[in-house]
Amino acid sequence: MQTFRFELGELPPEAEALRAEVRAFLRQELGDTPPVLRAHSWGGFDREFSKKMGARGWIAMTWPKRYGGHERSALERYVVLEEMLAAGAPVSAHWIADRQSGPLLLRFGTEAQRQKFLPAIARGELSFAIGMSEPDSGSDLASLRTRAERVDGGYKVNGTKVWTSNAHLADYMIATLRTSYDPAKKHEGLTQFLVDTKLPGITMSPIIDLAGSHHFNMVVFEDVFVPEEMRVGEEGAGWKQVTTELAFERSGPERYLSSFALILELIREVGKNPSERAAATVGRLVAHLATLRQMSLSVALMLQAGENPNLEAAVVKDVGTTFEQEVPEIVHASLGVEPTIDSGSDLQQVLGFLMQRAPSFSLRGGTREILRGIIARGLGLR
Amino acid sequence: MNELRTILGDVVTRLFTERVTKDLLESAETGAWPDALWHAVEENGLTWPLVPESKGGAGGTWADAFVVARAAGRHAVPLPIVETMVGSWLLSASGLDVPSGPLTLAPVHRDERLRLARAGNAWRLSGAAARVPWGRAAGHVVVVTEADGRTMVALAARGAVEVKADQNLAREPRDTLVFEQTPVVAAAPAGRGVPPQATFLYGALARSAQMAGGLDYLLRQASQYATERRQFGKPIGSFQVIQQNLAVLAGHTAAAGTAAANAFGAADRGDAAFEIAVAKVRVGEAAGLGASIAHQVHGAIGFTYEHALQFTTRRLWSWRAEFGSESDWAVELGRSVAERGADALWPHLTSR
Repeated sequence: MQTFRFELGELPPEAEALRAEVRAFLRQELGDTPPVLRAHSWGGFDREFSKKMGARGWIAMTWPKRYGGHERSALERYVVLEEMLAAGAPVSAHWIADRQSGPLLLRFGTEAQRQKFLPAIARGELSFAIGMSEPDSGSDLASLRTRAERVDGGYKVNGTKVWTSNAHLADYMIATLRTSYDPAKKHEGLTQFLVDTKLPGITMSPIIDLAGSHHFNMVVFEDVFVPEEMRVGEEGAGWKQVTTELAFERSGPERYLSSFALILELIREVGKNPSERAAATVGRLVAHLATLRQMSLSVALMLQAGENPNLEAAVVKDVGTTFEQEVPEIVHASLGVEPTIDSGSDLQQVLGFLMQRAPSFSLRGGTREILRGIIARGLGLR
Repeated sequence: MNELRTILGDVVTRLFTERVTKDLLESAETGAWPDALWHAVEENGLTWPLVPESKGGAGGTWADAFVVARAAGRHAVPLPIVETMVGSWLLSASGLDVPSGPLTLAPVHRDERLRLARAGNAWRLSGAAARVPWGRAAGHVVVVTEADGRTMVALAARGAVEVKADQNLAREPRDTLVFEQTPVVAAAPAGRGVPPQATFLYGALARSAQMAGGLDYLLRQASQYATERRQFGKPIGSFQVIQQNLAVLAGHTAAAGTAAANAFGAADRGDAAFEIAVAKVRVGEAAGLGASIAHQVHGAIGFTYEHALQFTTRRLWSWRAEFGSESDWAVELGRSVAERGADALWPHLTSR
């Protein structure tokens, strides 16, 4: 049986030096942003903020300089990410491109694609969405049906993508499409494309979430022409690329910090001299939080060392999302205040926001059940 | 992982795998002291990782000690290895000689104090320490207490102390030691880095490593069992519901190992009170949930004395309550966090 390895280590001095710089920037930029907005965590979309991050060199931090990157370590990047999330900065406009679309192009894209897209992503000017899920393809990703048929000079795309976060705001989508179909080999025949969201034939309609917010979209493709040079990787290599891409996103600090704003409000609420019961609640949450930070950091250290901690990353995401989902429940059980929308205290508003957001924590980027299946495979069970 | 730690890891794994058999564990539960195993452990230098080489120890770090403590938990070793480790550190850090043989620690409860008072040129201890691990088996007791406004470390010979025998769920000795004007072998002001309540604090640290080791065993054992046991014509591990439960166990095991390792690392850097509290809370919680999943996966056979699973689960159920339970440490931790205030939480977490 393979066992997990969570070796601990320290962040290098240059990463800690950067932390002070990032905090000073965030104090100035975020000022008195109310807690309920900070609670949006990596859901807050603000192109101007992303451009400022780009100007500071805090997007594309690890990429080669020739593509607009900054050739800094994965650990320096980690510090920037965790500081952004802890402060509740609106990082959504560049988050997906920085985390997965850019790295995907670095690994599988053509030289022309890298030249065209990566420097603009690094400047915080290009926003990406992820076109994976479809009406009949959620966890069963290999059942994707949106077709890309070869035509002269490119592909003709027909079908529907759903749950596409921020597609209405993004410039491009990395869409995983079916270029051939063999019922016995569903994992084959998938191909990834860079799709300009403004192309003719694309219709977007909002899918409003349970809280009344618009971040999801349904994206319908009707005879959309995607040129050949927008294909990412070989035809049929989509499955391998998608699984690589999903692995980029599992162990980051966004997988345990989504409810951090509520923990802060809880601590404010219980005050300097909490009751024994309130102290126990805070203590337990902080014990989980501190441990998750070490686990997440440990994966970052392994990645920096050139290792391939896929299993550890899956474990961090499962434990982390379970925790961040639990926080509103614990605050409810502990304080019993009513969650509110646009009224009441900061605590009530943050609770109201996160209670309605929490169900998504164990769905996005792959459900908890799929993730646990990956862990079970690591345990030798499948 | 440095070289010493790699060697230590190999030595403990080999020694415990060979020697800590089911027969040995059963015999220890009847009250027999596994003397040959103790000597093997001592001869391999596993009990004094934190004693300087000049005093006969390994001259290592808490991170080295973690390797031994976790392995002792993984193999359910029925010996006061971690107590001797912590005791020998307390003594040598305070400039006192370390006697050979098993040591234990007192007090082990947050609010319990022993009194140390001068009597002429000597020091005498008074008071009762409840549920002292391996009290009857230890040659000496290491006590940390206050005297004359200072934190003191004192060493008493067990022979000079009245022992009332008791045990934990795993039938490990947990004895009450009664000191009545008991002369000490030696006493000294606590050395640098030895806080008041050090026996309680570092006992909690040690238990967190043992529990992390216990969880390692549960995960390995339960995963293996799930691939061997067949029902409905296939291994039970091929059922998704079992896979999901074992994945949850894996998460708790990983969290426990990380929290415990981080606390030992903090002990090497200095004040580790925050990380020890974090570890005892997180690992203790994992221990309870982990034991529950491991038993569920094992079905009825895991509920028998015949199956070795219980040697670990019974230890976990006791260890999580020893040297302060999760709730005890969560209150302590929560108070310290609340006192610093919400805005200090993130800077505090990232500066540790």
